[in-house]
Amino acid sequence: MDSSRQLFQYILSGLSNGAIYALIGFGFAIIYNSTGIINFAQGEFVMLGGMLTIFFLTILNLPLTAAIILSIIISTMVGVSFERLAIRPLKNAKPLSLIIITIGASIFIRGAAMLIWGKDTHALPAFSSNDPLYIFGATILPQHLWIIGVTVLIIIGSRLFFNYSIAGKAMRACSYNARAAGLVGINVKSMVMLSFAISSAIGSIAGIIIAPLTMTSYDVGVMLGLKGFCAVIIGGMSSGMGTLLGGLLLGLLESLGAGFISASYKDAIAFIILLLILFIRPEGLFSKKETERF
Amino acid sequence: MRFFSRQRHAVRSLKLNMITEKKRQILIFLIFAAAVLAAPYFLKGNYLLNVFVFVGINTMLAIGLNLLLGYAGQISLGHAAFFGMGAYISGIITARFPVDPFLVMILAATIAGALAFVIGSPILKLKGHYLAMATMGFGIIMYIIFNETVDWTGGPSGLSGIPNLHIGSLIFDNDLNNYYLVWLSTLAVMLLSINLSQSRIGRALRAINDSEVAARVMGVNARILKVRIFTVSAVISAVAGSLYAHIMTFIAPASFGFNFSVELLTMVVVGGLGSIYGSFLGAAILTMLPELLRVFQDLDIIIYGLMLILMTMFMPGGLISGIEAAAGFIAARMKGTKDSDAQA
Repeated sequence: MDSSRQLFQYILSGLSNGAIYALIGFGFAIIYNSTGIINFAQGEFVMLGGMLTIFFLTILNLPLTAAIILSIIISTMVGVSFERLAIRPLKNAKPLSLIIITIGASIFIRGAAMLIWGKDTHALPAFSSNDPLYIFGATILPQHLWIIGVTVLIIIGSRLFFNYSIAGKAMRACSYNARAAGLVGINVKSMVMLSFAISSAIGSIAGIIIAPLTMTSYDVGVMLGLKGFCAVIIGGMSSGMGTLLGGLLLGLLESLGAGFISASYKDAIAFIILLLILFIRPEGLFSKKETERF
Repeated sequence: MRFFSRQRHAVRSLKLNMITEKKRQILIFLIFAAAVLAAPYFLKGNYLLNVFVFVGINTMLAIGLNLLLGYAGQISLGHAAFFGMGAYISGIITARFPVDPFLVMILAATIAGALAFVIGSPILKLKGHYLAMATMGFGIIMYIIFNETVDWTGGPSGLSGIPNLHIGSLIFDNDLNNYYLVWLSTLAVMLLSINLSQSRIGRALRAINDSEVAARVMGVNARILKVRIFTVSAVISAVAGSLYAHIMTFIAPASFGFNFSVELLTMVVVGGLGSIYGSFLGAAILTMLPELLRVFQDLDIIIYGLMLILMTMFMPGGLISGIEAAAGFIAARMKGTKDSDAQA
């Protein structure tokens, strides 16, 4: 009885972490599909979301909702200006240059955050009450429900956006063939910019909703970013549902591994899975062979 | 008949060009080596000498990474892991057992090389961003291992009591001795790297860098060559790690994490991809920068980020290409004035 309750507990916390990884993974996939770039700075938007919210909340004493909205807007602006200043000027750049530039941006943003907010870890207060709910003997915090709810909303929202809105369809057209999309009158440049905007917004939301649970500091972006990438690799770049499943699977494996094998190797589990998938099935577990990785 | 003789002539002049190029390279190397070996005579202030010991280690690491990144065009964001392996294998064994540290160094290099060879063949099948992520993942796994195997590595608080190297009664425990120890090794790595770049393998690697498909069509076995150069590069990093451990006598995982892999990448990019002296320049700048910035603590990480972005955008050949261009410009100007003088 006790161990089954514990198992249930691990599954719950694994699923909520997994939802975060899936959101971060979405950010990777959106930029990758419109530009072919893996944005190494993706994790920094997650960090920015959490840190900016704390900054607005505690230093400027804004109400929580205002702080969240402002921090999403500012993170999005950072993402868009990164695209304008460092990605767009490079036409026909080699992948190596793009990798180096996004890494440069990532450590630049991280360094700036460290200078501005220092090296301390901060906790964001939970969105609603801190009293745990009890489900089948397992405890669940209201924040877990927030995380799962927000993730589901974002996934439904992005599905609607990409399938039914003109801008979403145009972005999909760019990901299939940017040249052809340009020929039918789609402004490819602004679609690329839009993809940076959406993905930094989603990244910052992920950072905000997880900040009350895990604390946040200037350097959380590296790990979270890598795990988001891991989620999208498991699921496959081209599949939104795949990314969600990938994130949940990663969260589950990590939480079960930490609970039953070793807590200190928790972070290593994600990377071992990442390497195994890249070696064995680089197109992802849940997608058809279509993305070009070799 | 005439056609053939012309062709033979062309081949001969090409060969001649290659020979003079190699001679030029060796001449530059000899001048550089002489300057490096004579430098301690001028660096009487012990502090700078100490900084230059670490410039030497970082130069070695940067050249190792440059073989992979600059010549073959394959990125690695996990090279700090091989550096750490060298340091930890040397450190752990020599701190506990009275064995010859040079033998342990060879052992460490062999283990790192073997690991690089084994993981290299699946990893280097990946390209571009995926290769970057996979090597980064490998680096982080190794970093976690350095941190968590507390019984061996001492965990986050580090491993102390590593003995200094010695040959007979010559103990490498002061800056001057360490300087020569490190720089003789670094010069050897430079020579190896020059030789490699002028060889058949070096040309094949550059062909892979330009276009892997074209290189394959020309009969280059890209897969094996990439794995080999990855292995060589890992071995160089491990040797640098062993030297580092014996010089510091104390090591902690923080020196071998992802940030250091990025720092190595910055050295190679800032100095100049594919240039040996560029690697030296990059290593020298990035080693000395934190010393200069001590007043503005923690500013270095922002500067690394900006350097990576700005260099890639505006000077993709690195500082060394800027210097070469400037030298060429000055030479052309001087020649120009000489010509106009002659005309006058």
